[in-house]
Amino acid sequence: MSDAAANIRPTRTPAFEARLKKRYAAERRFKAIGLSAILFSVAVLVFLLVTMAMNGIGGFQRTELRVPVDFSATPLTLTADVQDERDVVQSLERQGLRDIIDVNASAALGEEGAAQVNSEAWRIVAQQIAADPSLARGEQVFWLPTSEGLATAYAGDGSADLQPLARQLADEGALADNLDLGFLERSDATDPQLAGIWGALKGSILTMIVTLALAFPIGVLAALYLEEYAPKNRWTDLLEVSINNLAAVPSIIFGLLGLAVFLWIFPSYRSAPLIGGMTLALMTMPVIVIAGRNAIKAVPPSIRDGALAVGASPVQVVFHHVLPLALPGILTGTIIGMARALGETAPLLLIGMRAFVSSPPQGFTDNATVLPMQIFLWSDEIDRGFVERTSAAIIVLLVFLLLMNGLAIYLRNRFEKKW
Amino acid sequence: MVMSETTASPIASPAQKSLEHENVATGEPKMRARNVDVYYGNKKAIDGVDIDVYTEYVTAFIGPSGCGKSTFLRALNRMNDTIPSARVTGTIELDGEDIYASGMDVVQLRARVGMVFQKPNPFPKSIYDNIAYGPKIHGLAENKPELDEIVEQSLRRAGLWQEVKDRLADSGTALSGGQQQRLCIARAIAVDPEVILMDEPCSALDPIATAKIEELIDELRGRYGIVIVTHSMQQAARVSQRTAFFHLGHLVEYGHTSDIFTNPREQRTQDYITGRYG
Repeated sequence: MSDAAANIRPTRTPAFEARLKKRYAAERRFKAIGLSAILFSVAVLVFLLVTMAMNGIGGFQRTELRVPVDFSATPLTLTADVQDERDVVQSLERQGLRDIIDVNASAALGEEGAAQVNSEAWRIVAQQIAADPSLARGEQVFWLPTSEGLATAYAGDGSADLQPLARQLADEGALADNLDLGFLERSDATDPQLAGIWGALKGSILTMIVTLALAFPIGVLAALYLEEYAPKNRWTDLLEVSINNLAAVPSIIFGLLGLAVFLWIFPSYRSAPLIGGMTLALMTMPVIVIAGRNAIKAVPPSIRDGALAVGASPVQVVFHHVLPLALPGILTGTIIGMARALGETAPLLLIGMRAFVSSPPQGFTDNATVLPMQIFLWSDEIDRGFVERTSAAIIVLLVFLLLMNGLAIYLRNRFEKKW
Repeated sequence: MVMSETTASPIASPAQKSLEHENVATGEPKMRARNVDVYYGNKKAIDGVDIDVYTEYVTAFIGPSGCGKSTFLRALNRMNDTIPSARVTGTIELDGEDIYASGMDVVQLRARVGMVFQKPNPFPKSIYDNIAYGPKIHGLAENKPELDEIVEQSLRRAGLWQEVKDRLADSGTALSGGQQQRLCIARAIAVDPEVILMDEPCSALDPIATAKIEELIDELRGRYGIVIVTHSMQQAARVSQRTAFFHLGHLVEYGHTSDIFTNPREQRTQDYITGRYG
């Protein structure tokens, strides 16, 4: 019996086995909690994306009326030397295109139906003719946007008196929801049927270019200087704390700064991407500095030693070795900062980028608005059409963000080096 | 008996006969350190070291961990400058020039006194670029063929050419540990230095790679002054002709390797090499 007791190894005692069981149970518990956290996040994300997509699809469509137009009765002349689209549209207006459309719409849809053709519909026809003059001959079929009222009625909403007309036209095949790629080419308008996102998208692109051009070099150089050259003393500690605090400052305060400083220096550039980009650069720079410093710190000292030992000067060590190795990390930080800047509304409100801008900005100093601001402005509108347009704009913003992140990941993988 | 001219050197040489086949061409040391102290902040890491380094000999620094041998090695090409709190006093001369004098250019000094580190640290670039980097920044090659020539010659001297000649475009970090270390030696050779400092170059390597590096050190002797820090007393005995024993920041004993290992003058040296402490 004493032999048997002696044969029990310490790892086979009941107490040990019980402890072992508890350890495995703890591990399983931890894994389960982690997994459920991931599943919850994925579920929320999927819910968000599906809701957006469902609502947004409507935003990429437009309710349109089928209007056959016979130009043979009233021939239009297009002078060959008129190249500018605006001139062509004006010339067609003088030749009574608006009435031609009216008459043909009345013939096809009846008086009631013709009244619901969008008042700007003739302009769409004129633009199409300007792009393709052969459309102005013979009998052509155009799909033209309806009035907002009929569009609402067709969706089964809004005033009851238009709904029978909508049903009747839809039964005749003269009323349908068509894919509206023009949404990506037009700018803001008061009529959701005519509103587009291109103006805001271009404003965002221009603003981001200014932000990147300012924040990236300044941020990277500041990070390099602080890590590689600055002495470690009380002043640099203070600087570090200040930069960390700057990264945490609420964004609207940067807007106030932009208003007080940038608009005071350049008073005529209110609502311009230049000022917006400068304001957002202030906000993005500390993020890049912090990420850059961490990336530079992560470059192994052995690489620096190796370069110094073959006689590289400090600036050669930085630009030949440290910066290339730190670049992937810096890019990751930059993209986090840029993504935050892209979604920012509050600071831009204060420098006047919430204006109604009906034509896309032609340069950095033109009036412009940005995507999140456009979403904010449209979400304030009560028209049913704007609700769908808002969702569509959100999709455009998310796709833009995705493209930006994709580019950053691509660049990061390209520059990444193993050691 | 050229050594007899340098009687001021701390090397007492009772075994005169060993000098004859060590083939000393000149009595002048390549590097001469006098009364060198190194401080980290207020802490004195090296206390009053006098040492001479000759091109003709491999000089080994041995001693227990933390005795200051690496610190002293890094003082020889001013790598300690990168540590803000480090401070060096006394004189260290390279060919009679004080390397800590204000007129001395650190970049030029490090081109003349190269260094190989404990852990192989090739740049995350191609093998070719690893070697070519030094010559490029110092403008040693006029054109591409010249640069190719330097790269090939350096790799040949480091005994690596046969192994890597077909894959010069591969990353230097893809080589094995021993190959990486020889790459680092080739990188140091490429700028044609006068002295190469090696800080425990074999401590991360297996015995076969170690043997290769030791052979290489022996081949490079005479062309470059070589100073090697090592924890392995067998290695010191195998590769070096001069050995310095450091203990607690002091240079305890410096002399012919054969003397240090067979007939040390100091009790502490005796205790260390017989493994009584360290």
